[in-house]
Amino acid sequence: MSSTASKLLTERKTEQSWGNRLCRDLVKNKVLYLLVIPVIIYYIIFNYIPMYGILIAFQNYDPAFGVRASEWVGLLNFIDFFSSIYFWRILKNTFIISINTLIFGFPAPILLALLINEITSKKFVKTVQTITYLPHFISLVVVCGMIKDFTASTGIINDLIEFFGGQRTAMLMDPKLFVPIYVASDIWQGVGWGSIIYFAALSGIDSELYEACKIDGGGRIRQTFSVTLPGIMPTIIIMFILRMGSILSVGFEKIILLYSPVTYDTADVIASYVYRKGLQEFNWSFGTAVGIFNSVINVIFLLSANWISRKVSETSLW
Amino acid sequence: MKNETIARKIFVVVNTAFMLFMIVICLYPMIYVLFASLSDSNLLMAHRGLLMSPIKTNIESYKAVLQNDMIGSGYMNTIFIVTVGVLINLLMTSLGAYFLSRRDVMLKNIIMGFITFTMFFGGGLIPFYLTVKSIGLYNSLWALILPTAISTFNMIIMRTSFMTIPASLEESAKIDGAGHITILARIILPLSKAIIAVMVLFYGVGHWNSWFNAMLFLNKRELFPLQLVLREILLQNDTQSMMQGTSVADGLSISETVKYAVIIVATLPILTVYPFLQRYFVQGVMVGALKG
Repeated sequence: MSSTASKLLTERKTEQSWGNRLCRDLVKNKVLYLLVIPVIIYYIIFNYIPMYGILIAFQNYDPAFGVRASEWVGLLNFIDFFSSIYFWRILKNTFIISINTLIFGFPAPILLALLINEITSKKFVKTVQTITYLPHFISLVVVCGMIKDFTASTGIINDLIEFFGGQRTAMLMDPKLFVPIYVASDIWQGVGWGSIIYFAALSGIDSELYEACKIDGGGRIRQTFSVTLPGIMPTIIIMFILRMGSILSVGFEKIILLYSPVTYDTADVIASYVYRKGLQEFNWSFGTAVGIFNSVINVIFLLSANWISRKVSETSLW
Repeated sequence: MKNETIARKIFVVVNTAFMLFMIVICLYPMIYVLFASLSDSNLLMAHRGLLMSPIKTNIESYKAVLQNDMIGSGYMNTIFIVTVGVLINLLMTSLGAYFLSRRDVMLKNIIMGFITFTMFFGGGLIPFYLTVKSIGLYNSLWALILPTAISTFNMIIMRTSFMTIPASLEESAKIDGAGHITILARIILPLSKAIIAVMVLFYGVGHWNSWFNAMLFLNKRELFPLQLVLREILLQNDTQSMMQGTSVADGLSISETVKYAVIIVATLPILTVYPFLQRYFVQGVMVGALKG
């Protein structure tokens, strides 16, 4: 093709406006766009319309009037929340539970993956994996039912405590024990399943790197620190960033199942407070305002973690 | 060198012990529940400590469970939700994944952003609740199916999987005159059996175990799915609804073993299906992790 002809063709392409190209694409891929419309409708209805519902937070919402006719109160609901006697308690509990879950729950799957990786018998590996994945599939209601039963004053955990010379207590009624029970059961349910991702990462490490390390005289420990950990570090970082993004959406379903007025002092978190005040007590606007507070802080954490990660390493979500 | 081997040996021993501990810890709670459900209720209440086998085996508790209306209706509702729900999940997720995996569509990136944005920001619980209610889904089983029709995470996994299908297959189909629907139905889906199995598993288990949306949107008891019934029994001490035709004294002592039986009856389907599907979901997570 002569150079003038090809120049003409490229000019013609860039001359077409975006709108024009879009129209042609819509015609060419008509069926494709039709196929995706239900998907888009789904997201609009169940994700974007609720986002519009955020306006409720700035109103004194009354379902009878709807969003348009309800009275506007500006930041009143937020101020009510921040000045509420429970504000600091809720914030404190949310952070304590989040951070504890992070410190104990985040490394656990990584450790498990590394340890299972050291097992030589394939059959044993398979067995351990199959069994440790199992708790993840048990429903939360059943897990909480078991927790309630085992920690009851007549339950087996208290039997063991008494056997070792301790005192029996109704553990779920004790505010001091709520966080340990919550975190421990989280780990029980999630450590096996969580390790799958790290296995995937481990299998992606080039075996030549291990060879090179061995040739340089590195033993197993050296290999772990110089090859394995750096190899799965990108995965660890991404998982960590994602975790940050939901730091305040602490597993509230479980909290709602396990908590009671007796343990609100350590168990009540932002999300459970939203549920109680907003839904159970019908304070729609107030509940929405608190929910927004939750979302905004999650986004801030997510962006910060991503930004820090970008500065410090090469890995980040975007 | 020799020190290395001794240290290594110790490590292997400790590691193996730890793994055995993990196995026991993960399995024993369910085993205890199983044994307790088969035990005599009075003896069970008096018992202290771990159970190594059922005490005076009987199936009274299971009789009570299987005769109970709420359990029956709970099961029926959950089966409906899982079957219809997973079908809708598959349909919607495939459509979205198909669109997002096409190479020459203009609006793809915009729509991708539109969708993934929802993973990080949302309106919150209350606007969600009000929206679903205002559509008229309150007290309908569809409230448990439609709002959760698509999991963005799952759709991304499916999209990644679709993208591994060679473009040449689609090209030759297009030359033969195939439109998008044909390509999706005759080429992409048949080649995606593994990822579809993963989706069925992920969505299926999700529906089977879910309770929160049911609690939000249902107050007609005959609509309650299994987990919600379980919640009443296990966490709200409502075994009274289970007692039919027994004396009060009997009723009080059966309720312990009945709770255990109810757990087994509700979890059994998952436990039996689980071993067979294990390799599929491991595959699923790995596809998502490595390429997502």
